[in-house]
Amino acid sequence: MAKNLITIEESLCKGCFLCADACPKDILSLDKSKVNAKGYNPIQCTDMDACTACAICGRICPDSVIRVERDA
Amino acid sequence: MSKVVYEKSRGLTDAPLTYCPGCSHGIIHKLVAESLVELDVLENTIAIAPVGCSVLAYNFFNCDGVQAAHGRAPAVATGIKRVIPDKIVFTYQGDGDLASIGTAEIIHAAHRGDNFTVIFVNNATYGMTGGQMAPTTLINQKTSTSPYGRQEATTGKPIKVSELMAQIPSAAYIERVSVHDVQHIAKTKKAIKKAFEYQIEGKGFSMVEVLASCPIGWNMPPVEAAKFIAGGLMPYYPLGCYRDIHAEGGSGA
Repeated sequence: MAKNLITIEESLCKGCFLCADACPKDILSLDKSKVNAKGYNPIQCTDMDACTACAICGRICPDSVIRVERDA
Repeated sequence: MSKVVYEKSRGLTDAPLTYCPGCSHGIIHKLVAESLVELDVLENTIAIAPVGCSVLAYNFFNCDGVQAAHGRAPAVATGIKRVIPDKIVFTYQGDGDLASIGTAEIIHAAHRGDNFTVIFVNNATYGMTGGQMAPTTLINQKTSTSPYGRQEATTGKPIKVSELMAQIPSAAYIERVSVHDVQHIAKTKKAIKKAFEYQIEGKGFSMVEVLASCPIGWNMPPVEAAKFIAGGLMPYYPLGCYRDIHAEGGSGA
């Protein structure tokens, strides 16, 4: 089964957490195992199966690092 | 087959934004960029960057751009628009730029009814220089130059720019919006798009005031700062359309 997909440009993420706070499914969190070149923990999706591709994360991201694809 | 439902607008360049984490500038930038792309005027647009955090905005918008002296973006926009009237011209200004040093320029640009668009970002502080008190800073709001909070007795009350601009007879469209959550972001995009449509149709001066957060200047985490827009700024700066002379039956404020 194909899935919805969000792609995060980790090198540009500033870990502001606005997307994680806005996500209705609560499936975004900071990836504490990584630090990008800017010095931030980037955001990660913890449960892609639960994603509805509503794109709220993409719309609220100030740095436009999230791309959202819906399974058609 | 999957379909892309959201991605970075081609109205923005690949340059990484220089703003702090959670800063509203990034959200407002992409709303402007998306509007220009959807109206198919991106290649025909000139952006006027201000002085302030968004001083490098011409690097981020994927259109032509110049940068003006502090507060003088509306004067530069007036010149450019009058010399090349078929270009779409907008200024992108903060409250330290537009509401203090640039008050004369913005008021007289509206007064002349010059046909360009102003994106006014009101975050109630001077962000770039270190979170000092601005004319738009709320009463009792702590900043680096009002450590005990802004006092009305010595500094007066915060200036309400949209209400002020709505009194100007030649202004066509003045609206105040916010970007603290995704619903309001959608409304903000609608307002920005409408402002550009007015310019394309030659309807005259348009300004969209966007209530924005400055997490670093306000000393708050980004999520808390977004909530402060709704709980702190919005009660004093009510959202809404303050002037729309082309609306059905409307003659403005």
